[in-house]
Amino acid sequence: MLIGVIVKSLFILIVMVAGLAPVITWIERKQSAVMQDRIGANRADVGGITLLGLMHPLADVFKLLSKEDVVPTGANRIMHLISPVIAAVPAVIAFAVVPFGGVYTLGGEEFSLVAANPDWGLLYIFAIGSIAMYGTVMAGWSSNNNWSLLGGLRASAQMISYEVTMGLSVVGIFMVFSTLQLQDMVVAQDDTFRVFGFLEVLFGLSVPAWLDFVRLPAWGVFYQPLGFVLFLTTIMAENKRPPFDTPEGESEIIAGYHLEYSGMRFGLFFMAEFIEVLVIAALMTTIFLGGWSVPWLTTETIIGGIAGVFGEGFATGICIILHFLSFMLKVVFMIWLQMALRWTLPRFRYDQVMDLCWKIILPLSIANVFVTGGIILLAGGTS
Amino acid sequence: MVPLDHVIGLSAVLFTIGVVGVATRRNLIVMLMSIELMLNAVNLAFIGFNRMWPGEPGAIALDGQVFVLMVIAVAAAEVAVGLGIVISMFRNRDSVDVEVVSLLRW
Amino acid sequence: MTVPAVLFYAFAALAVLSAIGMVVQVRNTVASAMSLVITMVALAGIYVLLEAHLVAVIQIMVYGGAIVVLFLFVVMLLNLRSDDFGPARQRLVRLAAAAIGVFALTWMLRLFSGLPEAPPLPEGFGGYREVGIALYTDYVLLVEVASLLLTAAIVGALILAKRKID
Repeated sequence: MLIGVIVKSLFILIVMVAGLAPVITWIERKQSAVMQDRIGANRADVGGITLLGLMHPLADVFKLLSKEDVVPTGANRIMHLISPVIAAVPAVIAFAVVPFGGVYTLGGEEFSLVAANPDWGLLYIFAIGSIAMYGTVMAGWSSNNNWSLLGGLRASAQMISYEVTMGLSVVGIFMVFSTLQLQDMVVAQDDTFRVFGFLEVLFGLSVPAWLDFVRLPAWGVFYQPLGFVLFLTTIMAENKRPPFDTPEGESEIIAGYHLEYSGMRFGLFFMAEFIEVLVIAALMTTIFLGGWSVPWLTTETIIGGIAGVFGEGFATGICIILHFLSFMLKVVFMIWLQMALRWTLPRFRYDQVMDLCWKIILPLSIANVFVTGGIILLAGGTS
Repeated sequence: MVPLDHVIGLSAVLFTIGVVGVATRRNLIVMLMSIELMLNAVNLAFIGFNRMWPGEPGAIALDGQVFVLMVIAVAAAEVAVGLGIVISMFRNRDSVDVEVVSLLRW
Repeated sequence: MTVPAVLFYAFAALAVLSAIGMVVQVRNTVASAMSLVITMVALAGIYVLLEAHLVAVIQIMVYGGAIVVLFLFVVMLLNLRSDDFGPARQRLVRLAAAAIGVFALTWMLRLFSGLPEAPPLPEGFGGYREVGIALYTDYVLLVEVASLLLTAAIVGALILAKRKID
């Protein structure tokens, strides 16, 4: 069992962090270019092969590694050194509870493609978000610079506020699926539900049987559309993603909390931001978009359909590949959505950010909890 | 599982470190942090005792953990109000040294 | 020495060392706060070893993620740099440390007295379901009173920290 955990952790580190995060920097450059009707960065090449700009992440790494490492005078040296690490590590370890594949039985024993599935999986994400705050705050304080201090102050207030609303937005999903374990949530979303069932539940009308074939996949976004919007907003604000990047406001306080960082330490902050984009995408996919499940095709259907022709082991392998592909497609869609939101909306003013949290999102999420509770009570158990 | 005495010993050590912190530091913010440390030591004692007497299957006794949640809530409230007091004190005296607000001392 | 026992002693040593670090850090208040965070997280690890999973996660989220950040926020807002030990306090320090050290030592001498072994756990002990059921059936009055207390604290903190309006 320990070998399994080590293999899955290595997989996460190599494929997700080291493999996908540089690709996300390329996606950001290319997508912003396409959205703004220009070509984007495509000049970096290796021996004449440009690969449409995919060499730029590699060029970024070399550039950042070769820069001079500056620690400002009067700055607290130890804190200045470890802040990027404290900012980057929580982003990476948040992947420990994200399921990449389902629960399969192979040769009589069950294995589940998630690195850790504790009873309180979703709360782990919030705890990690709380720890990630310290990298930013310490970076702002230890740089001995007024702009960094302002950035650190804004970051701490913003991240604390949005953590509260982040927790409240998923209470609805928690009530619908009755579990905090992310793998169980995705297994529950691996199903379809009747669209017109709500007529029966809420109004007591009886639905004719021929309408039963209209089914939607039992994804979180269909059960909790308001929760989807609220959680997307709050988790983007929690990770200081534009349009909520006031701590790093490039036109107001130069670069905010990572002003005095250069070279690979800035690279670590930079990489932490893009790994957080990936974490946001993976979490939204897992909770709201059905995780690794293929819409309308449950696991039993896939394995049953192929096993009849090719045999059990091969069917499970194909199923694993299909599920992983489905997961990656949804993650890429969420990354595209975040990039589109970033390059469309202007940055909020700081008091607008705080207003949005406490005056709009908090009442809406509490109302969401009440409405969800009411519907579940009417349906008599989980619908 | 560690014997209960070690858990309570750790709680006692942390509590005494907290008391030393409150008694010797002059910075009001560090005094508040030492009070938080004392509250944490008490939480550890609650959780340790709850582990030793968890009740029967069917009648689980979780009193210690419920108490700990209440202590955490009270600590949060106390820190908020205490830091509000620190901010007003700073606005009046321009320092968070407790030796400065000593008008009522004997 | 089973793995949980080794982990417990490791977390305990980390908690005590960072608590001492918090108290003796004189020049830098932010470093004191960071040491307090390390103590909180180490204690959360010990809670997991003592099968109190929900309380451990709440400890990290509330204590480590909100209360200490509030301390840091005030330190940064008031831009505090350092403080001193006054000379008159040194003797008190030594007296206090000695008295309390004796107390801790006599307590720790009981470590070899032995208590019954830990009883087996009922199913679901310390998980969020059981704690939730206990909170909302047996202790619902405590929850309501705690919510009133937190509301009072919010209003009080707002009023204390507001700028004067003239």
